[in-house]
Amino acid sequence: MKTEQEKEQATIEVNGQKHITGAEALLECLIEEGVDTIFGYPGGAIMPVYDKLMDYEDRLNHILTRHEQGAAHAAQAYAMVTGRPGICFATSGPGATNLVTGIANAFLDSVPVVFITAQVASSLIGTDAFQETDIIGVSMPITKWNCQVKKSHEIPDTIAKAFYIAKSGRPGPVLIDITKDAQLEKLNFKYKKCDYIRSYNPHIPLHTKAIESAAIMINHAERPLILAGHGILISGAEDELKAFAEKTGIPVASTLLGLSGFPSSHRLFTGMLGMHGNYGPNLLTNEADLIIAIGMRFDDRVTGNLKKYAKKATIIHIEIDEAEINKNVVVDVEINNDAKEALKYLIPLVKENSFEKWIREFRICDKTEYEKVIKPETIPEKGEIRMGEVVSRISEMTKGEAIIITDVGQNQMVAARYYKFNHPNSLVTSGGMGTMGFGLPAGLGAKIGRPDKQVITFVGDGGIQMTIQELGTIFQYNVPVKIIILNNNFLGMVRQWQDMFFDKRYASTELVNPDFVMISKAYSIPAKKVSKREDLNSSLQEMLASEGPYLLDIAIEKEGNVFPMVEPGASVSEIRLTY
Amino acid sequence: MKQEFTISLFTEDHIGILGQITIILTRRQINIDSVTASESAVTGVQLLTIVVITTDEMIQKVARQMEKLVDVMKVFVHTSDQIIYQEIALFKISTKGLMSGNVIDHIVRDHHARILEVSPEYIVLEKTGHKTEITELLAQLEPYGILQFARSGRVAITKQVKELNSYLKEMDEANRFKTEPTLN
Repeated sequence: MKTEQEKEQATIEVNGQKHITGAEALLECLIEEGVDTIFGYPGGAIMPVYDKLMDYEDRLNHILTRHEQGAAHAAQAYAMVTGRPGICFATSGPGATNLVTGIANAFLDSVPVVFITAQVASSLIGTDAFQETDIIGVSMPITKWNCQVKKSHEIPDTIAKAFYIAKSGRPGPVLIDITKDAQLEKLNFKYKKCDYIRSYNPHIPLHTKAIESAAIMINHAERPLILAGHGILISGAEDELKAFAEKTGIPVASTLLGLSGFPSSHRLFTGMLGMHGNYGPNLLTNEADLIIAIGMRFDDRVTGNLKKYAKKATIIHIEIDEAEINKNVVVDVEINNDAKEALKYLIPLVKENSFEKWIREFRICDKTEYEKVIKPETIPEKGEIRMGEVVSRISEMTKGEAIIITDVGQNQMVAARYYKFNHPNSLVTSGGMGTMGFGLPAGLGAKIGRPDKQVITFVGDGGIQMTIQELGTIFQYNVPVKIIILNNNFLGMVRQWQDMFFDKRYASTELVNPDFVMISKAYSIPAKKVSKREDLNSSLQEMLASEGPYLLDIAIEKEGNVFPMVEPGASVSEIRLTY
Repeated sequence: MKQEFTISLFTEDHIGILGQITIILTRRQINIDSVTASESAVTGVQLLTIVVITTDEMIQKVARQMEKLVDVMKVFVHTSDQIIYQEIALFKISTKGLMSGNVIDHIVRDHHARILEVSPEYIVLEKTGHKTEITELLAQLEPYGILQFARSGRVAITKQVKELNSYLKEMDEANRFKTEPTLN
């Protein structure tokens, strides 16, 4: 008599193919794709997958967040710091809809995340069954691709396709919705990675003619400026960008998401573009005679008023997504290619050059910005602690070696402005979507992805309360992420706009906050409140030296504003340094 | 300036593809004038023909966004002078109304319409042509009592020589041209 286990064993291998359930097949697919970490949250429809997950504990590390949105953000941050797709599980209905903000966030910032949602049994679809939502319909405009699987034998090919689409070309989130019956149904498992889809071609042949004409323009320019975007980091073109800038001597400005793609301390680096970017690159965008935009999409927060944007410049646009070319800014040379490949071809065609006079103009701007904004913000002599001061100290103490996570708003702009990045992919922030509540779960995801790095999350007192329950996840898995609350008891950025554009009518922006230190301690996460300048350095050092997670609640200037600022509707050259 | 464009999309035969395409038009506040969907000459490849009225600048943007969709193979945008196109309409008219005098004969001849069915109660006419021609016929038949009227969306053939098959071949070749993976 065979035991039950032996019987099962006998059916497992048929012609070298394993006879397994859809749920198990899904996990096998993930292992085939090199996945070792999953962020997720269980529920009714996805229970077959979670049940099998117990048998894979040695190979797949599942992080149970406290809300599906947290899982989505954590998976995105994990992807951003590791360069590998993030994986996120959720159940049907509310589990799936709770992912929506996270999916949209990953979509706008081109981050590869594979979302797996469960769906009610296929016989119930369309009947408004318990916990049924049309997540395919809901996620259609915010995923790069999505697909529903109703038969277990479709799982391997669909997952393979999902990974290929998420990672290739302009990356993005994909969503696979698997019905409960497909999870339970058995199939003969065989996995083959996807490298071809007839209707989708991410491998665009080099537009050599366009690159050659770009080279001629670059060789003749007098006031050229490189605008480096997230595409530099995505394509891994940091070395090529550096080689290109150094050979041509052209100054480099970065978008928010492009930060850390070029060393902040490099002599050719001029700072960040956009609404709260640096003075020089904004002002001088309108003085440049040639703009070389690489892997960026001319977002409205970068360009300001389009009618007055870069009117003196010829524009070269290197961009992998053809739909981004001529979308907001009409360009002169379209190079619809991967940034790294295009730069590799371009570098030998450009001549060695230097633009000392032109760069001096940036340095003059830098000096003005330093005197009027940076110095009072980072080395204030009196008054309350400033946000810029905290970020600057952290930057100095970590020597630009940490991975910085931000939430959204003033804390984000200040962190981006005052941290000096040394290494690629060391800023994780919610750019396109501007999702408050991103910081805390992103911090835990990033730290799990890069345990070797110091990971520091800057959040506001508003944003942290949108996903504060993820302190529970940090506690449960003892994720040693450092959390700094820049606490002004206000929704700071909205208050700044009310201050500047709505006659200081602070409608619903003042917060009565709980004691964050007590909350943190309830989760056994060491925490401290800092309100005096003389305690700041020692507290930051104590936090950085601590082994585990740590939360620092820093009381900062209540009505501080972030400058410079390109007001909404204004031109980049109308950037304001002061109130 | 706004004008009429015919968008021809060759897509995989997947559920939801029309939804993905209309979302792009909806976001840009472009109304769909007509839409037809059917299998193309290539088995497994769907052909969608969408007529919209918008600006040249906007049509280029939405066409690129449509082509970006994973399941869309190729998007062509044409102005009316670049294509040969037709619509089809069916008219059900009361026999009594139409048989008074010899109007039916004239109308059918003048409009190159066809009689599909005659019964004591009704006559069914078929007319293919441009939208304006169908609208004209509709107006002429109106006094005789139209019981039912249905018109199709536009179907179109391009005047250009290059065919979908050659694009498919090109896409295949481009895929083989893989240099190196884009994500490290």
